[in-house]
Amino acid sequence: MMGMTEIVKTVAEWIKGFIIFYGLYIILQGHLSPGGGFAGGVIIACAFIMIELAFGGKRAETELDEHKSHNLDEIGALFFLFLGILGYFLPQIPFFANVIQLYWPGSPFHILSAGSIPLMNLAIGIKVGTGLYSVFTGLSHYDPLYQEEN
Amino acid sequence: MIEIAVLFLLLFMIVGMLFVLEIENLLSAVVMMGAIGFGLSVIFLLLGAPDLAIVQIAVEVISLVILIRATIHRDIKEKADESLSQVSAIPILVCLLLFFLLIYPAMSFLPVFGSPVFMNYYSSSIYYLQEGFKITGAPNIISAIILDFRGYDTLGEAIVLFTSILGALSILRYRNKKKEPSES
Repeated sequence: MMGMTEIVKTVAEWIKGFIIFYGLYIILQGHLSPGGGFAGGVIIACAFIMIELAFGGKRAETELDEHKSHNLDEIGALFFLFLGILGYFLPQIPFFANVIQLYWPGSPFHILSAGSIPLMNLAIGIKVGTGLYSVFTGLSHYDPLYQEEN
Repeated sequence: MIEIAVLFLLLFMIVGMLFVLEIENLLSAVVMMGAIGFGLSVIFLLLGAPDLAIVQIAVEVISLVILIRATIHRDIKEKADESLSQVSAIPILVCLLLFFLLIYPAMSFLPVFGSPVFMNYYSSSIYYLQEGFKITGAPNIISAIILDFRGYDTLGEAIVLFTSILGALSILRYRNKKKEPSES
């Protein structure tokens, strides 16, 4: 992939931060307003995919390379599982119980409330975003047509 | 009013699906798939499901178009050779007849379209709606259900996503490795 024209590159450079910021907003407000980890993660992945489409393959590698995205994918999955077994050693707590809400309930309608739900949204957002991005890099870099062109 | 709009959007989606099936250019078909996904997203928004509308517009409209456009580098023009007339109509008719014959007793138990399903006091959905905010402290009840009450289901969903990404990447990498010695 060689990248697109100068107009597309300039516009992509400008709106890249806004798209990532919007994805973070959807992830972090997931327990207060519509949205959540999955949709926000997809939006963040779309920002990186847009960078790669506009500038070609080399540029997006400098911002989030393949090895780092695989590591973040696994960190997101393990963080979600860790939140599930958080109350394992406490008595009378089932699997995936909201332990933080039981012991430290925050004030409702604030961003620091609802216990482990925002943390789970964050874990799913990291996992989905980096997973989709690594699938995209896999499909575009290992494509036989791509190998022939370069 | 909402029902008329939903029916109009459904008609739009059916016409778009016919375009997708009949069009020759692959890129036009993909863009038309995005339009169909947008129609479904507007239907979700009209029926009061903004969460689903956001996910639908993010996944189907943006990701599908971008992913297919990015991974296929040339516009492939293809026309299928075999037409529908070569397939015999009798097995399809028999299958449809058997399906409706077997599904008819079950369909009489279904609730009327648009009516709430589990209005029983002891059912879990009423419990979630009444006590969900008090227990979890999250105003968005969908987040409260999928991440607190049904967190185990979400773990399964995450495992499915993880396994599919792992499988796709390992297959693609295997093909790349097999291709490398022939190139060098």
